[in-house]
Amino acid sequence: MKENLLLDYLLQLGDNALVLGQRLAEWCGHGPILEQDMAITNISLDLFGQTRNLFQYAAKVEGKGRTEDNLAFLRDAIQFKNVLLVELPNGDFGRTIVKQFLYDAYNFLNYTALLNSTDKQLAAIAEKSLKEVTYHLRFSSEWMIRLGDGTAESHQRMQTALDDLWMYTGELFEMSEVEKELVKTGVAVDLEKLKSDWSKKVREICDEATLKVPENGWMQKGGKTGVHTENLGFLLADMQYLQRAYPGQQW
Amino acid sequence: MKEADLEQKFQDKIDAEIRIEPRDWMPEKYRKTLIRQISQHAHSEIVGMLPEGNWISRAPSLKRKVGLIAKVQDEAGHGLYLYSAAETLGIDRDTMFQQLNSGKAKYSSIFNYPTITWADIGAIGWLVDGAAIMNQVPLCRCSYGPYARAMVRVCKEESFHQRQGFEILMTLMNGSQEQKDMAQNAIDRWWWPSMMMFGPTDDDSPNTVQSMKWKIKRYTNDELRQKFVDVCVDQAKVLGITLPDPDLKWNEERGHYDFGKINWDEFWNVVKGNGPCNKQRLKTRNEAYDNGKWVREAAMAYSEKRAARKAAGKVA
Repeated sequence: MKENLLLDYLLQLGDNALVLGQRLAEWCGHGPILEQDMAITNISLDLFGQTRNLFQYAAKVEGKGRTEDNLAFLRDAIQFKNVLLVELPNGDFGRTIVKQFLYDAYNFLNYTALLNSTDKQLAAIAEKSLKEVTYHLRFSSEWMIRLGDGTAESHQRMQTALDDLWMYTGELFEMSEVEKELVKTGVAVDLEKLKSDWSKKVREICDEATLKVPENGWMQKGGKTGVHTENLGFLLADMQYLQRAYPGQQW
Repeated sequence: MKEADLEQKFQDKIDAEIRIEPRDWMPEKYRKTLIRQISQHAHSEIVGMLPEGNWISRAPSLKRKVGLIAKVQDEAGHGLYLYSAAETLGIDRDTMFQQLNSGKAKYSSIFNYPTITWADIGAIGWLVDGAAIMNQVPLCRCSYGPYARAMVRVCKEESFHQRQGFEILMTLMNGSQEQKDMAQNAIDRWWWPSMMMFGPTDDDSPNTVQSMKWKIKRYTNDELRQKFVDVCVDQAKVLGITLPDPDLKWNEERGHYDFGKINWDEFWNVVKGNGPCNKQRLKTRNEAYDNGKWVREAAMAYSEKRAARKAAGKVA
Protein backbone atom coordinates (compact mmCIF):
# COMPACT_ATOMS: atom_id res chain seq x y z
CA MET A 1 0.00 0.00 0.00
CA LYS A 2 2.76 2.38 0.96
CA GLU A 3 4.60 1.51 -2.25
CA ASN A 4 1.52 2.38 -4.27
CA LEU A 5 1.31 5.77 -2.64
CA LEU A 6 4.96 6.46 -3.42
CA LEU A 7 4.48 5.24 -6.98
CA ASP A 8 1.56 7.58 -7.40
CA TYR A 9 3.55 10.49 -6.01
CA LEU A 10 6.54 9.79 -8.26
CA LEU A 11 4.27 9.62 -11.28
CA GLN A 12 2.76 12.96 -10.33
CA LEU A 13 6.20 14.55 -10.21
CA GLY A 14 7.38 12.76 -13.33
CA ASP A 15 4.25 13.53 -15.35
CA ASN A 16 4.66 17.24 -14.68
CA ALA A 17 8.22 17.11 -15.99
CA LEU A 18 7.31 14.95 -18.97
CA VAL A 19 4.32 16.93 -20.16
CA LEU A 20 6.02 20.30 -19.71
CA GLY A 21 9.16 19.00 -21.42
CA GLN A 22 7.06 17.79 -24.34
CA ARG A 23 5.44 21.20 -24.66
CA LEU A 24 8.72 23.10 -24.49
CA ALA A 25 10.30 20.86 -27.10
CA GLU A 26 7.68 22.13 -29.56
CA TRP A 27 9.74 25.34 -29.68
CA CYS A 28 12.79 23.58 -31.06
CA GLY A 29 13.61 25.26 -34.37
CA HIS A 30 10.85 27.86 -33.99
CA GLY A 31 12.19 30.21 -31.32
CA PRO A 32 12.24 34.00 -31.69
CA ILE A 33 16.03 34.20 -31.27
CA LEU A 34 18.50 31.37 -31.83
CA GLU A 35 19.93 31.63 -28.32
CA GLN A 36 16.42 31.50 -26.82
CA ASP A 37 15.50 28.57 -29.02
CA MET A 38 18.46 26.74 -27.50
CA ALA A 39 17.68 27.84 -23.95
CA ILE A 40 14.07 26.64 -24.12
CA THR A 41 15.12 23.35 -25.63
CA ASN A 42 17.75 22.98 -22.93
CA ILE A 43 15.11 23.34 -20.26
CA SER A 44 13.06 20.73 -22.07
CA LEU A 45 16.06 18.43 -22.06
CA ASP A 46 16.51 18.91 -18.30
CA LEU A 47 12.84 18.09 -17.74
CA PHE A 48 13.09 14.86 -19.73
CA GLY A 49 16.16 13.95 -17.69
CA GLN A 50 14.16 14.51 -14.49
CA THR A 51 11.32 12.46 -15.93
CA ARG A 52 13.66 9.57 -16.54
CA ASN A 53 15.08 9.67 -13.02
CA LEU A 54 11.61 9.77 -11.50
CA PHE A 55 10.13 7.09 -13.75
CA GLN A 56 13.07 4.73 -13.32
CA TYR A 57 12.61 5.03 -9.61
CA ALA A 58 8.84 4.66 -9.94
CA ALA A 59 9.27 1.48 -11.98
CA LYS A 60 11.58 0.10 -9.31
CA VAL A 61 9.17 1.02 -6.53
CA GLU A 62 6.33 -0.68 -8.36
CA GLY A 63 8.46 -3.76 -9.00
CA LYS A 64 6.21 -5.23 -11.69
CA GLY A 65 8.71 -5.11 -14.52
CA ARG A 66 7.42 -1.92 -16.09
CA THR A 67 10.07 0.44 -17.50
CA GLU A 68 10.38 4.21 -17.75
CA ASP A 69 9.06 3.93 -21.30
CA ASN A 70 6.06 1.85 -20.29
CA LEU A 71 5.16 4.58 -17.82
CA ALA A 72 5.60 7.36 -20.37
CA PHE A 73 4.13 5.75 -23.46
CA LEU A 74 1.57 3.21 -22.31
CA ARG A 75 -0.64 5.13 -19.92
CA ASP A 76 -3.69 7.04 -21.09
CA ALA A 77 -4.80 10.56 -20.12
CA ILE A 78 -6.88 9.51 -17.11
CA GLN A 79 -3.79 7.85 -15.64
CA PHE A 80 -1.63 10.95 -15.97
CA LYS A 81 -1.32 13.00 -12.81
CA ASN A 82 0.27 16.23 -13.98
CA VAL A 83 -1.24 19.59 -13.09
CA LEU A 84 -3.34 21.20 -15.82
CA LEU A 85 -1.01 24.19 -16.17
CA VAL A 86 1.77 22.19 -17.85
CA GLU A 87 -0.43 20.60 -20.50
CA LEU A 88 -1.85 23.89 -21.82
CA PRO A 89 -0.76 24.86 -25.34
CA ASN A 90 2.33 27.06 -25.59
CA GLY A 91 0.69 30.01 -27.31
CA ASP A 92 3.18 32.72 -28.22
CA PHE A 93 6.65 32.98 -26.68
CA GLY A 94 5.35 35.28 -23.95
CA ARG A 95 2.63 32.87 -22.87
CA THR A 96 5.16 30.05 -22.82
CA ILE A 97 7.34 32.16 -20.52
CA VAL A 98 4.48 33.03 -18.16
CA LYS A 99 3.46 29.38 -17.93
CA GLN A 100 7.06 28.38 -17.36
CA PHE A 101 7.65 31.04 -14.72
CA LEU A 102 4.54 30.17 -12.71
CA TYR A 103 5.58 26.53 -12.78
CA ASP A 104 9.30 27.13 -12.15
CA ALA A 105 8.56 29.24 -9.09
CA TYR A 106 6.55 26.33 -7.71
CA ASN A 107 8.97 23.66 -8.89
CA PHE A 108 11.93 25.39 -7.30
CA LEU A 109 10.22 25.49 -3.91
CA ASN A 110 8.94 21.96 -4.27
CA TYR A 111 12.35 20.47 -5.05
CA THR A 112 13.94 22.58 -2.32
CA ALA A 113 11.49 21.07 0.17
CA LEU A 114 12.06 17.59 -1.26
CA LEU A 115 15.72 17.82 -0.28
CA ASN A 116 14.42 16.95 3.18
CA SER A 117 12.22 14.08 2.07
CA THR A 118 12.53 11.01 4.26
CA ASP A 119 12.77 9.01 1.06
CA LYS A 120 16.50 9.14 0.36
CA GLN A 121 16.27 8.32 -3.32
CA LEU A 122 13.71 11.03 -3.89
CA ALA A 123 15.84 13.51 -1.95
CA ALA A 124 18.79 12.63 -4.19
CA ILE A 125 16.71 13.18 -7.35
CA ALA A 126 15.56 16.50 -5.90
CA GLU A 127 19.12 17.58 -5.28
CA LYS A 128 20.14 16.90 -8.84
CA SER A 129 17.01 18.49 -10.28
CA LEU A 130 17.23 21.57 -8.12
CA LYS A 131 20.43 22.71 -9.80
CA GLU A 132 18.62 22.68 -13.13
CA VAL A 133 15.40 24.18 -11.84
CA THR A 134 17.31 27.05 -10.25
CA TYR A 135 18.51 27.97 -13.72
CA HIS A 136 15.02 27.51 -15.22
CA LEU A 137 13.56 29.93 -12.71
CA ARG A 138 16.28 32.48 -13.38
CA PHE A 139 15.69 32.21 -17.13
CA SER A 140 11.91 32.53 -16.97
CA SER A 141 12.10 35.34 -14.36
CA GLU A 142 14.43 37.35 -16.58
CA TRP A 143 12.15 36.97 -19.56
CA MET A 144 9.07 37.85 -17.47
CA ILE A 145 10.77 41.13 -16.64
CA ARG A 146 12.15 41.78 -20.10
CA LEU A 147 8.86 41.18 -21.87
CA GLY A 148 6.64 42.67 -19.16
CA ASP A 149 8.70 45.85 -19.11
CA GLY A 150 9.60 45.84 -22.82
CA THR A 151 7.25 47.46 -25.32
CA ALA A 152 3.54 48.29 -25.00
CA GLU A 153 2.78 45.26 -27.16
CA SER A 154 4.91 42.84 -25.15
CA HIS A 155 3.48 44.16 -21.90
CA GLN A 156 -0.05 43.60 -23.15
CA ARG A 157 0.72 40.09 -24.33
CA MET A 158 2.29 39.17 -21.00
CA GLN A 159 -0.52 40.63 -18.92
CA THR A 160 -3.15 38.78 -20.98
CA ALA A 161 -1.26 35.51 -20.65
CA LEU A 162 -0.86 36.00 -16.90
CA ASP A 163 -4.58 36.75 -16.51
CA ASP A 164 -5.54 33.71 -18.60
CA LEU A 165 -3.21 31.27 -16.87
CA TRP A 166 -3.87 32.42 -13.33
CA MET A 167 -6.80 30.08 -12.77
CA TYR A 168 -4.45 27.13 -13.26
CA THR A 169 -2.12 28.12 -10.42
CA GLY A 170 -4.39 27.06 -7.54
CA GLU A 171 -3.91 23.40 -8.38
CA LEU A 172 -0.18 23.64 -7.79
CA PHE A 173 -0.92 23.84 -4.06
CA GLU A 174 -3.93 21.53 -3.98
CA MET A 175 -3.00 18.44 -1.98
CA SER A 176 -4.08 15.10 -3.44
CA GLU A 177 -5.05 12.26 -1.07
CA VAL A 178 -1.72 10.64 -1.86
CA GLU A 179 0.18 13.75 -0.91
CA LYS A 180 -1.77 14.14 2.32
CA GLU A 181 -0.84 10.58 3.31
CA LEU A 182 2.80 10.91 2.35
CA VAL A 183 3.24 14.20 4.14
CA LYS A 184 2.58 12.32 7.37
CA THR A 185 5.71 10.22 6.89
CA GLY A 186 7.77 13.14 5.60
CA VAL A 187 8.07 11.71 2.07
CA ALA A 188 6.01 14.34 0.25
CA VAL A 189 5.99 18.11 0.46
CA ASP A 190 3.34 19.98 2.40
CA LEU A 191 2.32 22.31 -0.41
CA GLU A 192 0.38 24.62 1.88
CA LYS A 193 3.70 25.68 3.34
CA LEU A 194 5.08 26.69 -0.07
CA LYS A 195 2.23 28.94 -1.02
CA SER A 196 3.28 32.15 0.66
CA ASP A 197 6.86 31.90 -0.66
CA TRP A 198 5.48 31.25 -4.12
CA SER A 199 3.15 34.26 -3.94
CA LYS A 200 6.03 36.40 -2.73
CA LYS A 201 8.27 35.36 -5.61
CA VAL A 202 5.52 35.84 -8.17
CA ARG A 203 4.73 39.28 -6.80
CA GLU A 204 8.38 40.31 -6.72
CA ILE A 205 8.97 39.36 -10.36
CA CYS A 206 5.63 40.74 -11.57
CA ASP A 207 6.35 44.05 -9.83
CA GLU A 208 9.66 44.32 -11.58
CA ALA A 209 8.00 43.31 -14.84
CA THR A 210 5.34 46.01 -14.31
CA LEU A 211 2.68 43.28 -14.49
CA LYS A 212 -0.39 43.18 -12.31
CA VAL A 213 -0.81 40.01 -10.26
CA PRO A 214 -4.39 38.80 -10.92
CA GLU A 215 -6.96 38.44 -8.15
CA ASN A 216 -7.49 34.92 -6.90
CA GLY A 217 -10.81 33.79 -8.35
CA TRP A 218 -12.17 30.39 -9.30
CA MET A 219 -9.34 27.89 -9.77
CA GLN A 220 -9.28 24.98 -12.22
CA LYS A 221 -8.14 21.63 -10.91
CA GLY A 222 -8.32 17.93 -11.70
CA GLY A 223 -4.98 17.03 -13.21
CA LYS A 224 -3.67 15.34 -10.10
CA THR A 225 -6.63 12.94 -10.13
CA GLY A 226 -6.55 12.34 -13.88
CA VAL A 227 -9.25 14.79 -14.92
CA HIS A 228 -7.48 16.75 -17.62
CA THR A 229 -8.14 19.39 -20.25
CA GLU A 230 -8.80 18.31 -23.83
CA ASN A 231 -5.20 19.20 -24.69
CA LEU A 232 -3.58 16.23 -22.99
CA GLY A 233 -5.13 13.57 -25.21
CA PHE A 234 -3.61 15.09 -28.33
CA LEU A 235 -0.25 15.54 -26.70
CA LEU A 236 -0.23 11.88 -25.70
CA ALA A 237 -1.53 10.63 -29.05
CA ASP A 238 1.40 12.36 -30.69
CA MET A 239 3.99 11.34 -28.12
CA GLN A 240 2.89 7.71 -27.78
CA TYR A 241 2.20 7.01 -31.44
CA LEU A 242 5.11 4.66 -32.23
CA GLN A 243 4.85 2.64 -29.03
CA ARG A 244 1.13 2.23 -29.63
CA ALA A 245 1.35 1.44 -33.34
CA TYR A 246 4.13 -1.14 -32.96
CA PRO A 247 3.66 -2.66 -29.50
CA GLY A 248 6.48 -4.42 -27.73
CA GLN A 249 9.34 -3.42 -30.02
CA GLN A 250 12.80 -2.16 -29.20
CA TRP A 251 13.70 1.26 -30.57
CA MET B 1 51.25 48.08 -51.91
CA LYS B 2 49.54 47.45 -55.20
CA GLU B 3 46.53 45.14 -55.43
CA ALA B 4 48.49 42.60 -57.46
CA ASP B 5 51.29 42.53 -54.90
CA LEU B 6 48.83 42.13 -52.06
CA GLU B 7 47.22 39.27 -53.89
CA GLN B 8 50.56 37.62 -54.45
CA LYS B 9 51.45 37.96 -50.79
CA PHE B 10 48.05 36.55 -49.85
CA GLN B 11 48.49 33.57 -52.16
CA ASP B 12 52.00 32.97 -50.79
CA LYS B 13 50.56 32.75 -47.29
CA ILE B 14 47.93 30.30 -48.45
CA ASP B 15 50.54 28.20 -50.23
CA ALA B 16 52.64 28.17 -47.07
CA GLU B 17 49.57 26.93 -45.14
CA ILE B 18 49.40 30.10 -43.04
CA ARG B 19 45.87 30.77 -41.85
CA ILE B 20 44.11 33.94 -42.97
CA GLU B 21 42.63 35.85 -40.02
CA PRO B 22 39.84 38.45 -40.01
CA ARG B 23 42.13 41.52 -39.91
CA ASP B 24 44.41 40.26 -42.69
CA TRP B 25 44.15 41.64 -46.19
CA MET B 26 42.17 39.35 -48.49
CA PRO B 27 40.85 39.60 -52.04
CA GLU B 28 37.26 40.79 -52.16
CA LYS B 29 36.26 37.65 -54.00
CA TYR B 30 37.77 35.44 -51.30
CA ARG B 31 35.75 37.34 -48.71
CA LYS B 32 32.55 37.04 -50.75
CA THR B 33 33.08 33.37 -51.48
CA LEU B 34 33.56 32.67 -47.78
CA ILE B 35 30.59 34.73 -46.69
CA ARG B 36 28.46 32.82 -49.16
CA GLN B 37 29.82 29.44 -48.14
CA ILE B 38 29.83 29.96 -44.37
CA SER B 39 26.39 31.56 -44.28
CA GLN B 40 24.98 28.78 -46.48
CA HIS B 41 26.51 26.33 -44.10
CA ALA B 42 25.00 28.13 -41.08
CA HIS B 43 21.59 28.27 -42.79
CA SER B 44 21.83 24.53 -43.48
CA GLU B 45 22.29 23.88 -39.78
CA ILE B 46 19.29 26.03 -38.91
CA VAL B 47 16.96 24.69 -41.61
CA GLY B 48 18.32 21.22 -40.85
CA MET B 49 16.76 21.48 -37.39
CA LEU B 50 13.31 21.26 -38.97
CA PRO B 51 13.16 17.82 -40.59
CA GLU B 52 14.65 16.22 -37.48
CA GLY B 53 12.72 18.42 -35.09
CA ASN B 54 9.67 16.97 -36.81
CA TRP B 55 10.21 13.73 -34.86
CA ILE B 56 11.04 15.08 -31.41
CA SER B 57 7.45 14.93 -30.21
CA ARG B 58 7.09 11.37 -31.53
CA ALA B 59 10.46 9.86 -30.62
CA PRO B 60 9.75 6.26 -29.58
CA SER B 61 11.47 6.22 -26.17
CA LEU B 62 12.61 8.73 -23.58
CA LYS B 63 16.22 7.88 -24.36
CA ARG B 64 15.70 8.49 -28.09
CA LYS B 65 13.84 11.69 -27.38
CA VAL B 66 16.67 13.07 -25.26
CA GLY B 67 19.22 11.99 -27.89
CA LEU B 68 17.29 13.64 -30.69
CA ILE B 69 16.70 16.91 -28.84
CA ALA B 70 20.38 17.08 -27.92
CA LYS B 71 21.29 16.47 -31.52
CA VAL B 72 19.00 19.15 -32.91
CA GLN B 73 20.40 21.48 -30.28
CA ASP B 74 23.89 20.74 -31.48
CA GLU B 75 22.77 21.85 -34.95
CA ALA B 76 21.55 25.13 -33.49
CA GLY B 77 24.93 25.50 -31.79
CA HIS B 78 26.73 24.85 -35.08
CA GLY B 79 24.56 27.51 -36.67
CA LEU B 80 25.67 29.91 -33.95
CA TYR B 81 29.40 29.33 -34.39
CA LEU B 82 29.08 29.53 -38.14
CA TYR B 83 27.11 32.79 -38.08
CA SER B 84 29.80 34.14 -35.77
CA ALA B 85 32.53 32.98 -38.17
CA ALA B 86 30.71 34.70 -41.05
CA GLU B 87 30.35 37.87 -38.97
CA THR B 88 34.15 38.17 -38.83
CA LEU B 89 33.97 38.82 -42.57
CA GLY B 90 31.78 41.89 -42.17
CA ILE B 91 28.16 40.74 -42.37
CA ASP B 92 25.71 40.58 -39.45
CA ARG B 93 23.45 37.74 -38.42
CA ASP B 94 20.24 39.61 -39.06
CA THR B 95 21.25 40.35 -42.65
CA MET B 96 22.03 36.67 -43.13
CA PHE B 97 18.64 35.69 -41.68
CA GLN B 98 16.92 38.04 -44.06
CA GLN B 99 18.82 36.55 -46.99
CA LEU B 100 17.70 33.11 -45.90
CA ASN B 101 14.10 34.12 -45.35
CA SER B 102 13.77 35.92 -48.67
CA GLY B 103 15.08 32.86 -50.50
CA LYS B 104 18.14 34.76 -51.72
CA ALA B 105 20.58 32.63 -49.74
CA LYS B 106 20.70 28.89 -50.27
CA TYR B 107 21.05 26.05 -47.79
CA SER B 108 21.77 22.38 -48.31
CA SER B 109 19.06 20.92 -50.55
CA ILE B 110 18.95 17.73 -48.51
CA PHE B 111 16.74 19.46 -45.96
CA ASN B 112 14.06 19.94 -48.57
CA TYR B 113 13.18 16.26 -48.29
CA PRO B 114 10.53 15.14 -45.78
CA THR B 115 11.06 12.93 -42.71
CA ILE B 116 8.19 10.49 -43.04
CA THR B 117 8.97 7.78 -40.50
CA TRP B 118 11.16 7.38 -37.41
CA ALA B 119 13.69 5.49 -39.54
CA ASP B 120 14.34 8.74 -41.40
CA ILE B 121 16.00 10.02 -38.22
CA GLY B 122 18.38 7.08 -38.42
CA ALA B 123 18.92 7.60 -42.15
CA ILE B 124 19.69 11.29 -41.69
CA GLY B 125 22.20 10.52 -38.96
CA TRP B 126 23.93 7.81 -40.92
CA LEU B 127 23.85 9.18 -44.47
CA VAL B 128 23.30 12.93 -44.24
CA ASP B 129 25.61 13.48 -41.28
CA GLY B 130 27.99 10.97 -42.84
CA ALA B 131 28.12 12.99 -46.05
CA ALA B 132 28.42 16.20 -44.05
CA ILE B 133 31.45 14.80 -42.22
CA MET B 134 33.13 13.93 -45.54
CA ASN B 135 32.63 17.51 -46.61
CA GLN B 136 33.54 19.06 -43.30
CA VAL B 137 36.63 17.21 -42.11
CA PRO B 138 38.76 18.83 -44.82
CA LEU B 139 37.22 22.20 -43.87
CA CYS B 140 39.01 21.94 -40.51
CA ARG B 141 42.10 22.79 -42.59
CA CYS B 142 40.39 25.59 -44.52
CA SER B 143 42.62 28.62 -45.09
CA TYR B 144 40.28 30.96 -43.24
CA GLY B 145 41.02 30.65 -39.50
CA PRO B 146 37.62 31.30 -37.89
CA TYR B 147 35.87 28.89 -40.27
CA ALA B 148 38.48 26.17 -39.77
CA ARG B 149 38.28 26.49 -35.99
CA ALA B 150 34.47 26.37 -35.99
CA MET B 151 34.64 23.22 -38.10
CA VAL B 152 36.86 21.39 -35.62
CA ARG B 153 34.12 21.58 -33.03
CA VAL B 154 31.35 20.87 -35.52
CA CYS B 155 33.10 17.73 -36.80
CA LYS B 156 33.46 16.21 -33.34
CA GLU B 157 29.73 16.50 -32.76
CA GLU B 158 28.80 15.35 -36.24
CA SER B 159 30.67 12.11 -35.88
CA PHE B 160 28.75 11.44 -32.69
CA HIS B 161 25.51 12.13 -34.58
CA GLN B 162 26.50 9.77 -37.32
CA ARG B 163 27.10 6.95 -34.85
CA GLN B 164 23.77 7.72 -33.20
CA GLY B 165 22.01 7.46 -36.59
CA PHE B 166 23.75 4.22 -37.41
CA GLU B 167 22.72 2.82 -34.06
CA ILE B 168 19.06 3.80 -34.64
CA LEU B 169 19.13 1.92 -37.94
CA MET B 170 20.90 -1.05 -36.37
CA THR B 171 18.20 -1.31 -33.72
CA LEU B 172 15.50 -1.23 -36.40
CA MET B 173 17.30 -3.83 -38.51
CA ASN B 174 17.43 -6.11 -35.47
CA GLY B 175 13.74 -5.58 -34.84
CA SER B 176 10.46 -6.76 -36.37
CA GLN B 177 9.85 -7.09 -40.11
CA GLU B 178 7.91 -3.83 -40.02
CA GLN B 179 10.89 -2.07 -38.46
CA LYS B 180 13.28 -3.54 -41.03
CA ASP B 181 10.98 -2.39 -43.83
CA MET B 182 10.82 1.05 -42.27
CA ALA B 183 14.62 1.27 -42.23
CA GLN B 184 15.01 0.03 -45.81
CA ASN B 185 12.36 2.41 -47.04
CA ALA B 186 14.17 5.33 -45.43
CA ILE B 187 17.48 4.36 -47.06
CA ASP B 188 15.73 4.01 -50.43
CA ARG B 189 14.59 7.61 -50.12
CA TRP B 190 17.72 9.21 -48.56
CA TRP B 191 20.52 7.52 -50.48
CA TRP B 192 20.42 9.53 -53.71
CA PRO B 193 19.75 12.90 -52.12
CA SER B 194 22.72 12.22 -49.83
CA MET B 195 24.90 11.50 -52.87
CA MET B 196 23.83 14.86 -54.27
CA MET B 197 25.03 16.63 -51.13
CA PHE B 198 28.56 16.78 -52.57
CA GLY B 199 27.30 19.06 -55.31
CA PRO B 200 27.58 18.85 -59.10
CA THR B 201 30.26 16.77 -60.80
CA ASP B 202 33.69 18.38 -61.14
CA ASP B 203 33.10 19.24 -64.84
CA ASP B 204 30.03 21.13 -63.78
CA SER B 205 31.47 22.91 -60.76
CA PRO B 206 33.08 26.13 -61.98
CA ASN B 207 34.06 27.49 -58.55
CA THR B 208 36.03 24.44 -57.47
CA VAL B 209 39.34 25.42 -59.10
CA GLN B 210 39.47 28.81 -57.42
CA SER B 211 38.32 27.44 -54.06
CA MET B 212 41.02 24.80 -54.18
CA LYS B 213 43.65 27.34 -55.07
CA TRP B 214 42.59 29.37 -52.04
CA LYS B 215 42.50 26.19 -49.95
CA ILE B 216 38.92 26.76 -48.92
CA LYS B 217 38.31 23.38 -50.47
CA ARG B 218 40.82 20.53 -50.28
CA TYR B 219 39.09 17.88 -52.38
CA THR B 220 36.78 18.06 -55.37
CA ASN B 221 33.10 17.13 -55.19
CA ASP B 222 33.66 13.87 -57.04
CA GLU B 223 36.57 12.84 -54.82
CA LEU B 224 34.49 13.34 -51.71
CA ARG B 225 31.48 11.57 -53.19
CA GLN B 226 33.64 8.56 -54.02
CA LYS B 227 35.00 8.40 -50.47
CA PHE B 228 31.44 8.52 -49.17
CA VAL B 229 30.30 5.67 -51.39
CA ASP B 230 33.25 3.51 -50.42
CA VAL B 231 32.59 3.98 -46.72
CA CYS B 232 28.82 3.49 -46.97
CA VAL B 233 28.94 0.24 -48.89
CA ASP B 234 30.83 -1.45 -46.09
CA GLN B 235 28.62 0.03 -43.39
CA ALA B 236 25.47 -1.01 -45.28
CA LYS B 237 26.75 -4.61 -45.16
CA VAL B 238 27.07 -4.39 -41.37
CA LEU B 239 23.52 -3.06 -41.18
CA GLY B 240 22.20 -5.65 -43.58
CA ILE B 241 20.56 -2.89 -45.57
CA THR B 242 20.52 -2.51 -49.37
CA LEU B 243 21.69 0.70 -51.01
CA PRO B 244 19.24 1.40 -53.84
CA ASP B 245 21.74 1.40 -56.71
CA PRO B 246 21.93 -1.68 -58.93
CA ASP B 247 25.14 -0.38 -60.51
CA LEU B 248 27.02 -0.33 -57.26
CA LYS B 249 29.98 -2.70 -57.58
CA TRP B 250 33.63 -2.97 -56.67
CA ASN B 251 36.04 -1.85 -59.39
CA GLU B 252 39.31 -3.68 -58.85
CA GLU B 253 41.21 -1.43 -61.23
CA ARG B 254 40.15 1.84 -59.61
CA GLY B 255 40.18 0.43 -56.10
CA HIS B 256 36.78 2.04 -55.56
CA TYR B 257 33.12 1.22 -55.90
CA ASP B 258 31.47 2.23 -59.17
CA PHE B 259 28.03 3.69 -58.79
CA GLY B 260 25.02 4.56 -60.95
CA LYS B 261 24.02 7.80 -62.57
CA ILE B 262 22.82 10.61 -60.33
CA ASN B 263 19.61 12.33 -61.33
CA TRP B 264 20.98 15.85 -61.78
CA ASP B 265 17.66 17.04 -63.12
CA GLU B 266 16.16 16.36 -59.70
CA PHE B 267 19.14 18.00 -58.00
CA TRP B 268 18.81 21.27 -59.93
CA ASN B 269 15.08 21.32 -59.47
CA VAL B 270 15.41 21.03 -55.71
CA VAL B 271 18.09 23.74 -55.75
CA LYS B 272 15.71 25.97 -57.73
CA GLY B 273 12.97 25.55 -55.15
CA ASN B 274 10.96 22.65 -56.51
CA GLY B 275 11.85 20.08 -53.86
CA PRO B 276 9.10 18.48 -51.78
CA CYS B 277 9.63 20.78 -48.78
CA ASN B 278 11.35 23.96 -50.05
CA LYS B 279 8.30 26.14 -49.60
CA GLN B 280 7.38 24.57 -46.28
CA ARG B 281 10.88 25.01 -44.80
CA LEU B 282 11.11 28.65 -45.84
CA LYS B 283 7.62 29.33 -44.59
CA THR B 284 8.49 27.83 -41.21
CA ARG B 285 11.67 29.91 -40.94
CA ASN B 286 9.79 33.05 -41.92
CA GLU B 287 7.04 32.38 -39.40
CA ALA B 288 9.57 31.84 -36.61
CA TYR B 289 11.27 35.10 -37.55
CA ASP B 290 8.07 37.11 -37.92
CA ASN B 291 6.46 35.70 -34.77
CA GLY B 292 9.61 36.51 -32.86
CA LYS B 293 9.70 40.13 -33.95
CA TRP B 294 7.80 41.47 -30.93
CA VAL B 295 10.07 39.48 -28.62
CA ARG B 296 13.24 40.90 -30.17
CA GLU B 297 11.77 44.41 -30.08
CA ALA B 298 10.79 44.03 -26.44
CA ALA B 299 14.21 42.70 -25.47
CA MET B 300 15.82 45.66 -27.21
CA ALA B 301 13.44 48.18 -25.63
CA TYR B 302 14.04 46.70 -22.20
CA SER B 303 17.81 46.79 -22.51
CA GLU B 304 17.63 50.43 -23.65
CA LYS B 305 15.39 51.32 -20.72
CA ARG B 306 17.72 49.60 -18.33
CA ALA B 307 20.75 51.37 -19.72
CA ALA B 308 18.92 54.70 -19.46
CA ARG B 309 17.90 54.00 -15.85
CA LYS B 310 21.44 53.05 -14.98
CA ALA B 311 22.78 56.23 -16.54
CA ALA B 312 20.14 58.34 -14.74
CA GLY B 313 20.99 56.57 -11.49
CA LYS B 314 24.64 57.44 -11.89
CA VAL B 315 23.86 61.08 -12.64
CA ALA B 316 21.60 61.31 -9.60
